[in-house]
Amino acid sequence: MGTLYRTKARPRDIGALAAATLAVGASFGAITIAYGLPAWVPVVMSVLIFAGGAQFLAVGLLAAGNPIAAVVAGLLLNARHLPFGLAVADTLGARWRDRLVGSHLMTDETVAFALAESSPAARRRVYWLVGATIFVTWNTGVVLGVLLGGATGDPDALGLDAAFPAGLIALILPSLRDRGTRLVALTGAAVAVLLTPVLPAGLPVMCALLGLLVLLRPARRDPARRDPARRDPARRDPAPPSTPEAADQVEKTTEPKEASC
Amino acid sequence: MLIAAIVALAVGTYAFRLSGVLLRDRLELSDSLQRMLPMAATALLTALAGTAALMAGSEFAGLARPAGVLVGGLLAWQKAPFVVVVLAAAAVAGLLRLAGVA
Repeated sequence: MGTLYRTKARPRDIGALAAATLAVGASFGAITIAYGLPAWVPVVMSVLIFAGGAQFLAVGLLAAGNPIAAVVAGLLLNARHLPFGLAVADTLGARWRDRLVGSHLMTDETVAFALAESSPAARRRVYWLVGATIFVTWNTGVVLGVLLGGATGDPDALGLDAAFPAGLIALILPSLRDRGTRLVALTGAAVAVLLTPVLPAGLPVMCALLGLLVLLRPARRDPARRDPARRDPARRDPAPPSTPEAADQVEKTTEPKEASC
Repeated sequence: MLIAAIVALAVGTYAFRLSGVLLRDRLELSDSLQRMLPMAATALLTALAGTAALMAGSEFAGLARPAGVLVGGLLAWQKAPFVVVVLAAAAVAGLLRLAGVA
């Protein structure tokens, strides 16, 4: 790797991600063919949509002859990319070309790898490196899956369904050292898991943003009300945090994206 | 119809991605809201990991997958390298299935 910026992400880490992505991409290609859909479908989907979870969900509904449900379900699942975009906007770069291309490379793993870096330069480098790696390996895997068909094997038999959440956990853990982040994230994850049996796919994960409401608790101030004046910086002032540390913890702002639940 | 659905999903997905990136400049966020953005992303990623580890569709994922993720998570907590975490999680889940545990 280059020596300009030190990154926490190691080549072997990105290699492991690449191998797993290749294997899951192959299974996506093979499954789509097994559904009886034309060979161009998985290839075009993977290049244009480039979101694994939504692709698996949508292809099942497409095969069942329900294209509208495929679009709606896929979009619900991908709505999380909007808050992801807010979080990594500064990472992509200021140029239009970088924003247009970088946005398409946005995936859970790209965001997780980038946010695990501490310096902006390392975040940017890792975002692009991981994004490009996943784009190439995912699409290569899908083409291989289409060509090889059932010979690619079942990703569950290889335990890949456990590898992806475990990899995410490894990337998230350092940011969970921060108490506020830990409270928000664990509350949000609990909400999402509990809502999974009752809400359509995609919504439970979006409802994890409700975890941000725990930041309201120390202030004890209108926790239920959405604040229309949230963009007014002056409204932060009246709160009297007792210590500078408390000022960091105490957040009175309401979460703008909770309306999705 | 097939291509129309695929293009619609692709355009919508790209719109979500790009609008987050572009909105960031338009919104004048207070410092506290700016600090919440990485927290929001971490909450979403944690929820993804949690639901992917425990749930398959709307039902419980069984034993093999949560066990694999648990082993991977414990290794990550012990600061094992990423590649070890991923391989151990996959190996535990795969071997449990080989042994007949769902």
